[in-house]
Amino acid sequence: MHVIWIIAKRELLSFFDSLIAYIMLVLFLGFSGFFTWLFGSDIFFAGQASLEVFFNIAFWTLFFFIPALTMRLLAEEKKTGTIELLLTKAVTDREIVVGKFLSTFLLVGIALICTLPYVITVANIGMLDVGQAVCGYVGLLLMSSAYISIGLYASSITSNQIVAFLLALTIGLFFHLLFGILASNFSGIVGQVFNTLSLSNHFESMSRGVVDTRDLIYFFSIILIGLFLSELSLTKRNTQ
Amino acid sequence: MDIRIENLTKQYGSQRAVDNLSIQVRTGEIVGFLGPNGAGKSTTMKMITGYLGIGEGRIFIGDKSVNEHGDELKKHIGYLPENNPLYLDMPVVDYLQFCAALQGVAASCIDQRIRSMVKKCGLNAEKHKKIGELSKGYRQRVGLAQAMIHDPEILILDEPTTGLDPNQIVEIRKLIRDLGKEKTVILSTHILPEVEATCDRILIINKGKIVADGTAENLRKQSAGQEIVKIKIEDATAEAIQHELRRIKTVDLVELVDKNENRFEVQSQSGSSSKRAIFNLCVEKGWVLTELIPLETRLEDIFRNLTVN
Repeated sequence: MHVIWIIAKRELLSFFDSLIAYIMLVLFLGFSGFFTWLFGSDIFFAGQASLEVFFNIAFWTLFFFIPALTMRLLAEEKKTGTIELLLTKAVTDREIVVGKFLSTFLLVGIALICTLPYVITVANIGMLDVGQAVCGYVGLLLMSSAYISIGLYASSITSNQIVAFLLALTIGLFFHLLFGILASNFSGIVGQVFNTLSLSNHFESMSRGVVDTRDLIYFFSIILIGLFLSELSLTKRNTQ
Repeated sequence: MDIRIENLTKQYGSQRAVDNLSIQVRTGEIVGFLGPNGAGKSTTMKMITGYLGIGEGRIFIGDKSVNEHGDELKKHIGYLPENNPLYLDMPVVDYLQFCAALQGVAASCIDQRIRSMVKKCGLNAEKHKKIGELSKGYRQRVGLAQAMIHDPEILILDEPTTGLDPNQIVEIRKLIRDLGKEKTVILSTHILPEVEATCDRILIINKGKIVADGTAENLRKQSAGQEIVKIKIEDATAEAIQHELRRIKTVDLVELVDKNENRFEVQSQSGSSSKRAIFNLCVEKGWVLTELIPLETRLEDIFRNLTVN
């Protein structure tokens, strides 16, 4: 556990050292702030004190930003060879994967904490459903974790960061959009399967304030499968 | 801690990088891996450190097998990989701190360890710079420092002195020699004098197999075969000297190198030496022997003989 934290801390600090963290925070807050408060069907159109608008925008911005954060996690280490030093230290492959996951998760967490003024503002202009707000944030964190885990896997199978980014985005697109579209084009069991696979459906119910164990199982399965596959592709060097 | 390698084999596709390799390295021994490019030095080292999986065979460190207890054994090993990869965006001290923490150095000892490594590796002036700003030699020192930060019983160094200037090389060699007194050190290198200067034992590897194993002296003896001496004799004509030299029983071949200066190369029959006989001959004839240089077989020649087919 200690080792995981050491890896996560180094990774998080290097996000800040390389300015990636600041750029990501500014862009995320800029985008979500602009569309939540100023432009289009913003929060004032809803007619009630709800953060649903914000959650929907964060849902999209995080989808694009997370692959940009995860792409370097393992791909860069593979390219520069530092992975060899890391793997020969007294750490297991799993600790490295979980540590890297945790670092990005914390960065997304920091980004979301920065949006707390939105909550306070909305709570001041009307009666905010606190349960729903908490649920929405938990939903965003779960969704981010799922995409981080997918991005980490994409980063683990290549030493090229651009490839890792595009791959993570492509896999993410299926969960984000395509499964939902496919679900509406098929009926019966096939439709149901696609419906279950669609991340948007699970997120939507959470952002409305409904927590279903099925949603939790869904998110945690994606996270665990992603982490497991990343570990597997790191360990693969042993059998080549 | 001893290292014992038994019948180690590693296959890359159709190519055998390491072929049925067996060696034993005892505590306090500094072993030098020599071999041409692609001989399997790095692959063997990577398997010892647990970075690469073991193809076939077994590696024991102490009495534990790397095959089963690889993760546990890592903290006893300090490793400097071939191209010395480092996090270029990290300051030296932060990086050493990170490595020490990962290797399980107790938090209370980390600062003291870092201070002693910085001193030993001569990094004091550069310790707050980012690694990316350092020259190659200093990066190499950082690589050595991180390998030794947790005071490991075993040191695996893949070409430790590349990129260092001659003064640094001397320092690092001394450092390795000092460490080698109580630790087990395996290092690989292309620089032949380096192995002679630092290692107790030389292993020459070619095509994944060990082709020579022993001290530099032993290797010389094995491959030397015949003694060759260069001599210069004054106060006689070259022809007369050559004639008399040929009459010595132990002499196999006499070659006149320089007629004006009376320089010769004398090759003895295998297993015997003619130095005394040459001296006695000169005394007997009243000649003056001004040069007698034994020609040692150079390590380079041994290396070439063993690795070029």
